[in-house]
Amino acid sequence: MAQAPALPVGFELPLEARLPRIGAVDAVALEARAGELAKRSIKKDAKVWALLLAIRTTDLTTLEGADTPGKAAAVASKARRPDPSDPSVPSCAAVCVYPNLIPAVRERLGDSGVKVAAVATGFPSGQYPTAIKVADVRSAVELGADEIDMVIDRGAFLSGRYAKVYDEIVQVKEACGAAHLKVILETGELGTYDNVRRATLLAIAAGADFVKTSTGKISPAATLPVALCMLEAVRDVYEETGRRVGFKAAGGVRAAKQAIQNLVLVHETLGPEWLTPDLYRLGASSLLNDILMQLRKERTGAYQSGDYFTLD
Amino acid sequence: MAELETQQGGLAVPDGWTYAPAPESTDIVRIAERYGHYVGGEWLEASEIYETIAPRDESPLATIGQATKADVENAVAAARNAYADGWSSLPGSERAKYLFRIARILQERAREFAVLESLNGGKPIKESRDVDVPLAAAHFFYYAGWADKLEYAFPNRRPRPVGVAGQIIPWNFPLLMLAWKVAPALACGNTVVLKPAETTPLTALLFCDVLRQAELPPGVVNIVTGDGRTGAALVESEGVDKIAFTGSTEVGKAIQRQLAGSGKKLTLELGGKAANIVFDDCALDQAVEGIVNGIYFNQGHVCCAGSRLFVQESIYEPLVEKLKRRLTTLRVGDPLDKNTDVGAINSAMQLEKIKELVASGEEEGAEIYQPPCVLPEKGYWFAPTVFTNVAQSYRIAQEEIFGPVLSVLTFRTPDEAVEKANNTPYGLSAGVWTEKGSRILWMAQRLRAGVVWANTYNRFDPTSPFGGYKESGFGREGGRHGLEPYLRFDD
Repeated sequence: MAQAPALPVGFELPLEARLPRIGAVDAVALEARAGELAKRSIKKDAKVWALLLAIRTTDLTTLEGADTPGKAAAVASKARRPDPSDPSVPSCAAVCVYPNLIPAVRERLGDSGVKVAAVATGFPSGQYPTAIKVADVRSAVELGADEIDMVIDRGAFLSGRYAKVYDEIVQVKEACGAAHLKVILETGELGTYDNVRRATLLAIAAGADFVKTSTGKISPAATLPVALCMLEAVRDVYEETGRRVGFKAAGGVRAAKQAIQNLVLVHETLGPEWLTPDLYRLGASSLLNDILMQLRKERTGAYQSGDYFTLD
Repeated sequence: MAELETQQGGLAVPDGWTYAPAPESTDIVRIAERYGHYVGGEWLEASEIYETIAPRDESPLATIGQATKADVENAVAAARNAYADGWSSLPGSERAKYLFRIARILQERAREFAVLESLNGGKPIKESRDVDVPLAAAHFFYYAGWADKLEYAFPNRRPRPVGVAGQIIPWNFPLLMLAWKVAPALACGNTVVLKPAETTPLTALLFCDVLRQAELPPGVVNIVTGDGRTGAALVESEGVDKIAFTGSTEVGKAIQRQLAGSGKKLTLELGGKAANIVFDDCALDQAVEGIVNGIYFNQGHVCCAGSRLFVQESIYEPLVEKLKRRLTTLRVGDPLDKNTDVGAINSAMQLEKIKELVASGEEEGAEIYQPPCVLPEKGYWFAPTVFTNVAQSYRIAQEEIFGPVLSVLTFRTPDEAVEKANNTPYGLSAGVWTEKGSRILWMAQRLRAGVVWANTYNRFDPTSPFGGYKESGFGREGGRHGLEPYLRFDD
């Protein structure tokens, strides 16, 4: 095990007020602000733009014990061409699967530009020895993953062993090589927004390329207040250091309206330059069809039956 | 702006993501061409008139009556008759039914009232829809509940109504201030003559239709419109037993002088220059939200607005940076657009006052910041403004601006914060931002303000008594305390 520093970077006492403070989060005010942003009325052109952006930033996901190469390939097809009847609908950003399904997905995606993301590190619980989790990452990378979505050790975090959490992320980042690393905090298990903020800053300090809310396996997952909390931490890092770390909302985003609300959050917290697949992702599965349905409605004026949207 | 990469049909948005206009339709509300005065359950023709406009574009909305002394006396007489005729002796549970009915009808017609409020007053539709109208209905529901429990509210004191209440309300929360006044007055068995503010009569006049729908006995609530002269006539009227006034400290003092020795009861809810105090251990981003809400909510046309920001010096730079950045995401525009955050200034006169004080701030040496925003050509508009390098003695730190203008000062210790916060003739409200619970309690005890908000701002509830210390007035509205001004006791 690599030598963890006595205190992870970012947890040092700020000698000047300007360093990103770990700080506190007021839950009532945070939720109120998220609620206000959720009220934004996004219509017509602005709505179409947002729906297309939501597709372009979707990591289309299947993470089931029952996944087979056939299933994974079907999802990959869907991600590559979400709406066969409308070639102007863009591809998704990535497909997210368990490591065993990487080859099937790679084959189906070909050179489409859609990325292969794999969960690793004993997803979703992360309750395994570090060496096993790092080996999991290495093998996923060897199988061809472009992106790795890891989970933090919540047991260690909640028992105050922050150095261990930090150290693991550092090792995983190393094992990723060229693959980009998303760090899943599993915010639903962290209990408080203060913890969400701390975990976000910890993950960023340890080298995350993206911070991600959830595994999608438990509730609550990517609520608007949690997303806002994490985006504010991402903003603080950017303001202090110039480093842009991406954000992925995953879990519980099922309706296009929610997707748009999430985009509004990014837009009004970080700014329009952050509305790109390089810095923003939505982890979802059933969301895509709702977006396509809304898009069709904006373009034709009517809602179509669900039968017109493929279930892959 | 960075060009967004496109993949198979993605759109590039050259100026970032512009939200399309999302106007709330005004079709739902029907404004009459001309209004008179609502006296004794009837509409009486007004002999003198004036026009009310929409501050977003100065377009005329309706012709309004300018009540003369005779009109006022007429209304007071109607209130007097209704009082003697049975309202005062009606059982509380019966009065409660009327109040519940009014509350319900307000809720049913909520959208109509919200649209009209924003149109006539200038505040964003999302505020009138989500704050003003729901709170107004809530006040009627709340005081309906007290109407038959006055003996329990004041045990062994034999509470009885006062008589006829003359009520004068301001233009910043027209419908809500009407609810704050009328609901407790009626619950306690009084009858009312109310004068809405000159620039914002329309929701009060629409409210008369609610009274008709609720079949409130004629004369229990009477509404006369007009400017300060009408208010003065109401204050002077011999037939009025109690005056409730919300407005400027200057006028409040004049009223108090006038009523001295008259035996009339008086409550005043006047101006403020609230200190919003941010400690270095606050939840920073949320504190910024609270600061913004404290001064830009309702364009700063709020008596309890957090217009003096006291930042602990140790956190000054990051906080002010975040604050300025946050201002750039405030959307100033058409009050009827659902995405508008900051609406129009209520009147030309108020706009002039704001401009004058802002100019004084610059002249006295404070540093001004305003985010870039495109203000419409017609109508009354002012960009959200922050002044830094403000000294306690500057006019912008002393006088109530009643606009979207924040003055930022610093402090070092809690003691200093308390001293500076209290160093004002006003004493209506204050805000404290800290994660330390013991400090919240410590500050609340020492701040000389009728309302202290901790880690929040501008939170109102009918159960919570609202009112000031010192020159912010006396008497409380809301809660059990809000009943007292409308009752006489045997003791």
